[in-house]
Amino acid sequence: MTAVLFFLLAAVAVAAAVSLILQREPIHSALSLIVVMAALAGLYLLLGAEFISAVQIIVYAGAIMVLFIFVIMLLNAGVEERTQFSRMARYIGLPLAFVLGAGLVYWITRWTMGTASAASMGSVTRPLAMMLFQDYVFPFELTSILILIAIVGAVVLARREDERQ
Amino acid sequence: MVPVSYYVVLSAVLFGLGIIGFLFKRNIITMFMSIELMLNAVNLAFIAFSSVLGNLAGQVYVFFVIVVAAAEAAVGLAIVILIARNRKTLNVERVNLLKL
Repeated sequence: MTAVLFFLLAAVAVAAAVSLILQREPIHSALSLIVVMAALAGLYLLLGAEFISAVQIIVYAGAIMVLFIFVIMLLNAGVEERTQFSRMARYIGLPLAFVLGAGLVYWITRWTMGTASAASMGSVTRPLAMMLFQDYVFPFELTSILILIAIVGAVVLARREDERQ
Repeated sequence: MVPVSYYVVLSAVLFGLGIIGFLFKRNIITMFMSIELMLNAVNLAFIAFSSVLGNLAGQVYVFFVIVVAAAEAAVGLAIVILIARNRKTLNVERVNLLKL
């Protein structure tokens, strides 16, 4: 059951990621990326990380991608132009990329062992909160400063030129 | 049960697709989305190892990665708006000056 769900979600994620690359309209790429994120949220559930799964849906697919789609529609981003590949990239680069990918898969499957056990940890949200607010409370507070800086930076950058004086 | 190596391979595949998107796309917003895809791939590897090792620190790191990605998206998209307003294009090949 877990294996079936894994392969289903993995196939959806990879197909949507390929679609992100192949689509020429930015809005279609953005929708593909939302599908990738939803599939990854399902995989997180399979791995027993229900809190991160919910955060993935709410923050990534909800907030960040809405921001992307907002900007795409604001800028009226149209079809992008294709660039042509060099012949060397096609005849040398592609086979080398496949060799590298196959080697990567081979070494990963040789080095990493063990099975991911989802059910063994039980509910993970409470220990995660304990960890976040005890061991990692200083980085947690630092992220609030980071977000404050990001808000100020985004407002300053996106402000119109004639309002500067 | 699914071996953790499957998750790591899926993570590597998604990361590779993100790299391909970043290198081949010419629209600055799509390149930015490829970066988000790479961040997601790394998050998947973090959670897979967190699950197999029974250590929750990996999930805490994923939490921080998501926070940083949100901040990065806000600032990055502000820069994209600035570029689009000043250069009148989203094609990165036309954005070839150091000043905006």
